[in-house]
Amino acid sequence: MRDLTERALDTATQQGASYADVRIVRRLDESVSVKSGRVEGVATGESEGFGVRVLVDGAWGFASSHHLGLDEADRVAGLAVRIARASATALRTRVELDGRPPAQGRYETPVEEDPFAIPLERKIGDLLAADRAAGAVKGVAFTESMYGAQREEKTFADTDGSYTEQRITHVGGAVEANAIEGDDHQRRSYPDSGGGWGAAGYEYIRGLDLAGHAERYAEESVALLTAPQCPSGRSTIVLDPSQLYLQVHESCGHPTELDRVYGTEASYAGTSFLTTDKLTDGFRYGSDLVTIVADATAPQGMGTFGWDDEGVAAQSVPLIQNGSLSGYLTSRETAPRIGRQSGGAMRADGWNRIPLIRMTNINLLPVEGMSLDDIVADTDDGLYLATNRSWSIDDRRLNFQFATEIAWDIKGGKRGQMYKNPTYTGITYEFWRSCDAVGDSSSYVMRGTPNCGKGEPSQGAHVGHGVSGARFRDVQIGVGKW
Amino acid sequence: MSRGEKPTNLGLADDVLARAVRAGASEAEVLVMTDDSQLTRFANSEIHQNVAESNVAVNLRFVHGRRMATASTGRTDDKGLAALVERAAAIARTVEELEDWGGLPGPDPGSATSGLAAAYSTATAEASPELRAEGVRAVIAAADDKGVLAYGSFSTSREGMAVANSTGIRVSEERTAAQLLTVHMSPDGGTGYAERAATDVTNIDPAGIGREAADRARATDHAISVPPGDYPVILEPYAVVDILDMLGYVGFSALAVQEGRSFMEPGRRVGSGLVTIVDDAANQSGLPMSFDYEGVRKQPVTLIERGVCRDVVYDAQTAARAGRRSTGHGLPAPNSYGPFPLNMVMTKGTKTREELIGGMERGLLVTRFHYTNPVHPKLAIITGMTRDGTFLIEGGQVVAPVKNLRFTQSYLDALAGVSAVSRDLRTLRGSFGAVVVPMLRIDSWTFTGATEH
Repeated sequence: MRDLTERALDTATQQGASYADVRIVRRLDESVSVKSGRVEGVATGESEGFGVRVLVDGAWGFASSHHLGLDEADRVAGLAVRIARASATALRTRVELDGRPPAQGRYETPVEEDPFAIPLERKIGDLLAADRAAGAVKGVAFTESMYGAQREEKTFADTDGSYTEQRITHVGGAVEANAIEGDDHQRRSYPDSGGGWGAAGYEYIRGLDLAGHAERYAEESVALLTAPQCPSGRSTIVLDPSQLYLQVHESCGHPTELDRVYGTEASYAGTSFLTTDKLTDGFRYGSDLVTIVADATAPQGMGTFGWDDEGVAAQSVPLIQNGSLSGYLTSRETAPRIGRQSGGAMRADGWNRIPLIRMTNINLLPVEGMSLDDIVADTDDGLYLATNRSWSIDDRRLNFQFATEIAWDIKGGKRGQMYKNPTYTGITYEFWRSCDAVGDSSSYVMRGTPNCGKGEPSQGAHVGHGVSGARFRDVQIGVGKW
Repeated sequence: MSRGEKPTNLGLADDVLARAVRAGASEAEVLVMTDDSQLTRFANSEIHQNVAESNVAVNLRFVHGRRMATASTGRTDDKGLAALVERAAAIARTVEELEDWGGLPGPDPGSATSGLAAAYSTATAEASPELRAEGVRAVIAAADDKGVLAYGSFSTSREGMAVANSTGIRVSEERTAAQLLTVHMSPDGGTGYAERAATDVTNIDPAGIGREAADRARATDHAISVPPGDYPVILEPYAVVDILDMLGYVGFSALAVQEGRSFMEPGRRVGSGLVTIVDDAANQSGLPMSFDYEGVRKQPVTLIERGVCRDVVYDAQTAARAGRRSTGHGLPAPNSYGPFPLNMVMTKGTKTREELIGGMERGLLVTRFHYTNPVHPKLAIITGMTRDGTFLIEGGQVVAPVKNLRFTQSYLDALAGVSAVSRDLRTLRGSFGAVVVPMLRIDSWTFTGATEH
């Protein structure tokens, strides 16, 4: 790989780049999907190529190609320089990067059982066992189960002298039951609606025990058909980790992306209600119980790596400390603008995409003192909501609305009546300020989001969220007409 | 082909097909997709990202009896293609038989094997970084004139696609697309959106788009709050796109019908008599496309006709289950969504924009929706936010900009409430394809929350 990286960097420099980096990425994907007891699709994919990013006259250019060759390295590096020169014709502020030390070394996701080495028959068998257990429940209309794995081999080099190699492995699995009657369609998904995902080997899939949970979830999907509609009004709510992780994602992760704050996502994903002065002022984001970090070193997190795609070492960055805004997700370009070093959050979706500020593992740290069960027992009157069904938040990440697959009322510290079609809505900082209990480490789990979208051209990202469950007061529930 | 010459997409598909047959496939299908795309992105009235990509993907469906496997690769050298076939064959030997496997689709007798001329523009295919930068500067100049900042992107792409299968399908097509979109943001709180998409980049007027967004941004300065509730609305085409996108996602697919999760029932009335939606990939106002990702010629499908459900779109597998022919709406295999309408067109009405607004006593004018998501797919209940230009209408006139609102609304109820349709259509890119849409006036829309801007 070194011959190609050196060639690309040399060509870019010779043609006028003041800085250049190159990433060579080879990605393997594998997926199995099962629907109603039959294997619907087994697919594998392989993609490789390289991308060259350059700074010329203070402006960015990026070009990429699937063809790995020295001549192509020259062409792509030259095209990146030409594109940067075109960028410079509409530039008002020259890009300046922070001065981090060159990165050197190799990182690999710890893997006990290589998912790509496990026989396909076993992976299919495990999935079929789960799917059939869900499908055996009377009243289930159809079932869907899935397994996926991705491995990325990545080489990064830049004109600052960095050269790193990484091997990142992610796996995921899920079983889902659907019950339908007339216009009513209810679904239960284990462990999450998008599946359980982590940076690990096949041992993670075994640990999910999909087959062991399938029957209970299928029974709940059928029971939801006759459950009453979620009531409307204001209520105390307790969020299970299977919903709380997405609440953190949408209302804490995205708003703290510093490129959003500076407007570079304005035309697509939107901006943020946060501003840089809120960092200086220690903006009150949530209650004292709310401490959130961006931790790219967390075990099994899909945002865990050795270095980001600018060669910045993985680290844990405090975003919210005891309720106060304390940091942002940053890059080498944006961090100096708030007087800091990059926190290492630049990530690209493959060789053909430019790195953007992305979440790593955005974790709501557990608070010792009350388990999630203790929180329920401590709640006189409220709702317990589990498993995300839909999500939406405004373009400044303030007004959100979530639906979950299921809810139960809490009366006198006990879970009781099941409700279907639960929804809740709020304003981000009001909601987090109303948090009066966070579960301890006994229910703390690392969840994964494999489909976080951002950027033009669109990029998906694998990000992680460690959560333990939490309680919020005086929240609007039961939104809309049904 | 001479030594060292790059194979055509169809030549590459033929090569892989022959390898699959030699490896024992009883049926095989090869889909080759190439993509040369560029995108120039701007924010704070300067270019901050400028990228180019050259990509190729080869998808192989390898069938052994009733056992089917899918593999894909981006490596087109001999070793990469050999590995592709080997992986697919190995999977096909392992998986269970598909009891209702309907076979790969066959060729349509007499059907053309090449693409539509209208799908391709040389100007777009050859668009340079300098051309895009020039367009961006025009957008920024329009923003400067109004004292606002521009945020957006200008993209151009050339996509090639070829399909060859063992039943005799051999088709190929080259298409181009260009899109310019911008959000202009005012220092006084206003934001305005504008967008165009076209096959031919020269049909996009950057300065005009810049002016539209700038005017809208200034018009939304100092927005007032209105309480959530039910309001009559007028939706700009940018918002109407979302209705078609979502209905396509939750209801217009044969797979959704076969699984019982769609609202579509032939003959069921879901919209007012003014609502007709077809999927027509040959419509030259859109971004034309000749065949689907299974190589089947695209057929026009009437989805909703004067408010009544008519038909849904099929791929080969859902068509086999239904005992009919594919309508040419297959996506690359494997996919869990089933077939999808990628070229929806909503029939125009008779009203001018001024007549639509003038005919409303009190209501809201909505430019665009943001981050919509189904709350209840079968009822097509969707939640989302307004964005980049929401206005109060009173007495047939726009009287004030309003802060953005959240809605939780059945899109089927929205179709039922369509009381007027504009006579002008606009071509836009949706989340999943190209759409051609008018403005709509809808009698009631349920807003369930508000935000601070």
